[in-house]
Amino acid sequence: MENTLLNTVSEKLKSKFGDAIVFSEQHYDFPVFVIKREKIIDIIQFLKDDPEMGFGFLTTMCALHFPENKGQEMGLMYQLQNMQKNWRIRLKIFFPINDVVVPTATGLFAAANWMERQEYDFFGIIFKGHPNLKRILNMDEMNYFPMRKEYPLEDAAREDKNDSMFGR
Amino acid sequence: MAEIITPKINITEKPPGHEGHGFFATSLDKVVGMARKNSLWPLPFATSCCGIEFMATMGSHYDLGRFGSERLSFSPRQADLLMVMGTIAKKMGPILRQVYEQMAEPRWVLSMGACASSGGIFDTYSVLQGIDRIIPVDVYIPGCPPRPEQVIDGILKIQELVQSEAIRRRDTPEYKAMLAKYGIE
Repeated sequence: MENTLLNTVSEKLKSKFGDAIVFSEQHYDFPVFVIKREKIIDIIQFLKDDPEMGFGFLTTMCALHFPENKGQEMGLMYQLQNMQKNWRIRLKIFFPINDVVVPTATGLFAAANWMERQEYDFFGIIFKGHPNLKRILNMDEMNYFPMRKEYPLEDAAREDKNDSMFGR
Repeated sequence: MAEIITPKINITEKPPGHEGHGFFATSLDKVVGMARKNSLWPLPFATSCCGIEFMATMGSHYDLGRFGSERLSFSPRQADLLMVMGTIAKKMGPILRQVYEQMAEPRWVLSMGACASSGGIFDTYSVLQGIDRIIPVDVYIPGCPPRPEQVIDGILKIQELVQSEAIRRRDTPEYKAMLAKYGIE
């Protein structure tokens, strides 16, 4: 096996967590690991604490919505970085849209606090154990999760755009 | 011998009225209108690129001070004119409204640029589609962003309104009904 970051991390994770690693691939310069939802916090904890891995920085997080993947509509992506070795990886989890409860990563990274609030705000993902899970960017009165694909991007209240000019 | 330099001071024209030896008679409306018109204190509510154009308008090249508006008021309580310049997110809406409510009558509102006037290109769930959904607007300036000349034109339009406004207009039932439509006391 080639001595790439994908293989190094993949071997480590597989020996430790076995079939919790569903899938792994090299996506351009990013190793991507698809993981079972229940194990996500354990795996991030391991990647952070293990001296060989040392992924001590949560660069970013984002939620995903693929309505055509029945039973796996919603997803979350975590991007981790090892600053000493300049290693960067992505972890992904997928879960059904009618069960959007995910364990929080705020116990591991303080940075996850606002990122998880953002994912709640835009996608309605519930982070179990989050200390302050409320909207962060949108107005508090908003009654839906605007980045879910069933909702239109445009503001429904706008009157000056009609079908004759804008194809709406 | 030193040359005496007389400073060039522009004095606004007197309103129409009756004039004779030692007296000038006109209506109070016109005097008040003239005074208000030439001493508007704007409150800049600048949230994006229109604000940058406004800074140019206030700078020495375009110099809004020529029109009596060089004194910006950063407190709504002392401001006459609310200049809304830039995209107003829905979350910013209540804040803008509170600023408007804190202003004392008489107050005017100028909406600068496509975003403040209509939402502009931001036809999206998070952006207020025109500030006239939450506060009454007197003058709209089109453009994305408008040039400083257009801002000056807008200010001059406001000045026309200010000059010609009847002194009791703000006490009329029509005005109160208009504010009530926006839910403003």
